Amino acid sequence: MTGSEALLKTLEAHGVKHIFGHPGGAIMPVYDALYDSPIQHILVRHEQGGGHAAEGYARATGGLGVCMATSGPGATNLVTALADAMLDSLPILAITGNVPSPLLGTDAFQEADITGITMPITKHNFLVRNADDISKTVAKAIQIALEGRPGPVLVDIPKDVQQAQTNAPITQPHAKAPRLEPNPETIAKAVALIQSAKQPVLVVGGGACDAAPQILEFAKKTGMPVITTLMGLGNYPASDKQWLGMPGMHGSVASNRAISQCDVLIGVGMRFDDRVTGKTSRFAKNAQIIHIDIDTAEHNKLIPAFIPIHSDSAAALEALTKQVSYLDTPEWWLKLEDWQARQPKRPSWGAAEAIKMISSKLNGNDIVVADVGQHQMLTAQLHPFEQPRKWSNSGGAGTMGFCLPAAMGAAVAIGAHDGGDAKGVRVVGIAGDGSSQMTIQELATLRKYDIPVKFAIINNGYLGMVRQWQEMFHSRRYSEVYLEDSNPDFPILASAYRIPGFAADNQADLEKAIEMWLSVDGPAVLEVRVPQEANVFPMVPAGKGLDEMLDDDPKFLETKALVPA
Amino acid sequence: MKHIFSAFLRDEPRVLTRVTSLFARRGYNIDSLSVGATEQRGISRMTFIAEAPDYMADQIQRQLEKLEDVLKVVNHAHEKFVDRELVLLKVHVNPQTRLEIRMIAEDFRARNVDVGSKSYVFEVTGDEGKITAFIEQMRPFGIIETMRTGRVALSRGSNVDISSQVYEGSSNALEHPLADISAKA
Repeated sequence: MTGSEALLKTLEAHGVKHIFGHPGGAIMPVYDALYDSPIQHILVRHEQGGGHAAEGYARATGGLGVCMATSGPGATNLVTALADAMLDSLPILAITGNVPSPLLGTDAFQEADITGITMPITKHNFLVRNADDISKTVAKAIQIALEGRPGPVLVDIPKDVQQAQTNAPITQPHAKAPRLEPNPETIAKAVALIQSAKQPVLVVGGGACDAAPQILEFAKKTGMPVITTLMGLGNYPASDKQWLGMPGMHGSVASNRAISQCDVLIGVGMRFDDRVTGKTSRFAKNAQIIHIDIDTAEHNKLIPAFIPIHSDSAAALEALTKQVSYLDTPEWWLKLEDWQARQPKRPSWGAAEAIKMISSKLNGNDIVVADVGQHQMLTAQLHPFEQPRKWSNSGGAGTMGFCLPAAMGAAVAIGAHDGGDAKGVRVVGIAGDGSSQMTIQELATLRKYDIPVKFAIINNGYLGMVRQWQEMFHSRRYSEVYLEDSNPDFPILASAYRIPGFAADNQADLEKAIEMWLSVDGPAVLEVRVPQEANVFPMVPAGKGLDEMLDDDPKFLETKALVPA
Repeated sequence: MKHIFSAFLRDEPRVLTRVTSLFARRGYNIDSLSVGATEQRGISRMTFIAEAPDYMADQIQRQLEKLEDVLKVVNHAHEKFVDRELVLLKVHVNPQTRLEIRMIAEDFRARNVDVGSKSYVFEVTGDEGKITAFIEQMRPFGIIETMRTGRVALSRGSNVDISSQVYEGSSNALEHPLADISAKA
């Protein structure tokens, strides 16, 4: 058996069914072995697309996403996706070819020190120097990617190692580590603190994706309000009245007010990112914080935790739920309900309305993937996420171009492309005119495998979020954000890829266009042309505290300029 | 406050790069760093000193422990420890200074490891204060060059005998620091 065969056999043994990749010189032995492998390879058009597809795949399933690239530029094209997966804690295995071992370190053709380059943006990486080590290294890499706080792991294999013969046995999957249980004494302390709370709040992040039932049970037993971060959307049903929305820079009025005034804050599987906290010295100033996280390095990193709980989030919540009782806090709820009613004023037609309309045609089973920018924040604010793993976006890294390939990965994960077990689950991508163009080439991949992603482009002719900041903080000096004069005609672009394209620029047309777009059997593109200078609110200006949030766009309140006649 | 740490590392390629790159990208201020083999095959031990407030020292320890090839990090601030540093120092000598230099060296228990007609090389071990004092004593004679190893540290076995020396919990100074995680190694 060659090293390449050992690699693929190990992936098979670990249940890997799909690889998103792009071939090249230094990975050709693996591609040759792939020819006879049951693993389906999805040929992407840019390695970054392969990386994001693996992320979308991992996010939708909770399992491993696999991407593959050749040496040098192939490998460096994966870098953005790996950095993204690192910040959003997604279990990714990246396999890269490298130049033959004797040429390593000689500036050979298509050589890049990818293990050196990705050291700070992977959970771990390996350079395999011997074919006998391939199987055990890949098994170890998969274990590292999935265990504890998940993350990306890269395995770099020189070409001669892929070709070399090996008799080493195929390493079977390592046993799953037992769930990390919380310390009972710490739980007892936390319970006492929770019972004493007059204005408690539970903040749930992306790390609690697999603890949704435990979150619901805890929230129902205590009657406590629940906030879900950008990465945690869906971990608590949006239709429940205890849900306050998303916190942070573009968070809901209720969430940010609740955090600013709470006396006990329980953070679960979240990391107090600066986009969530705003100015840290003003964050939850009156609160004692209980922080549940499996990664103890997150405790006290940015916000001091009064009670840090090092544990699996589901385990900690189960332990807490057993001991807590209902917290009767009618005055707190009076305030919360008042804040919940406060929604920002929005123009009757615009990006927000368009996204609302798309959202209204979907159900809680459908997967929604956003790109990065205004449309991302609006989708997070407006789409009611009911279940975990139905929402994917680039939260930590803010990678423009994430949406299309990640949606593709999610669709492949649920088997939507081969009439598999998708069970009517649709995958909808919502991107902007700027972000979509960063990975638009993946339309070809959708076509090739008939992956039925419904891709919407909210076109405001600008890099909208940057423009919003320029409007607010740079005296409307719109520097290098105008796209309208050079944007492609997106439906025509879609048809160039032999994908049906639709467009709308008003409410009535959009209604019809969405129907047609969603009913296409296969991939489809929808362009929604919206007014150019709309902003996303509420907003906490960078560097300010959550309590300094602007509920509404001052411009909109003054001029009503955005309301069409 | 200065914190002195021992880190146990798997002897893998680039492990030192992983550690130092983490220090650099997270902005940790490292005063000194010294690495060597241990009595166990495949495991290196690193002593490093960081100038940091306590909460930051905890962060340094936890972030380091997240690295796959870092088996354990011990912060010696939590108990008594012994630390030593070695310096090699080459100093100008002439017939007038020769005797005085040798007497100072004797006071510091420095060993003369190279005797030239115009220079001596001394080897001194000790804690940081002693090393610094020795260098200052030699400075007026004209130091040609020096090399310091950086401090190395072990926790005191006597922590077990005198429990008041241990700031929290009971001391496990008679066990190897990796004894509790041998499974991971």
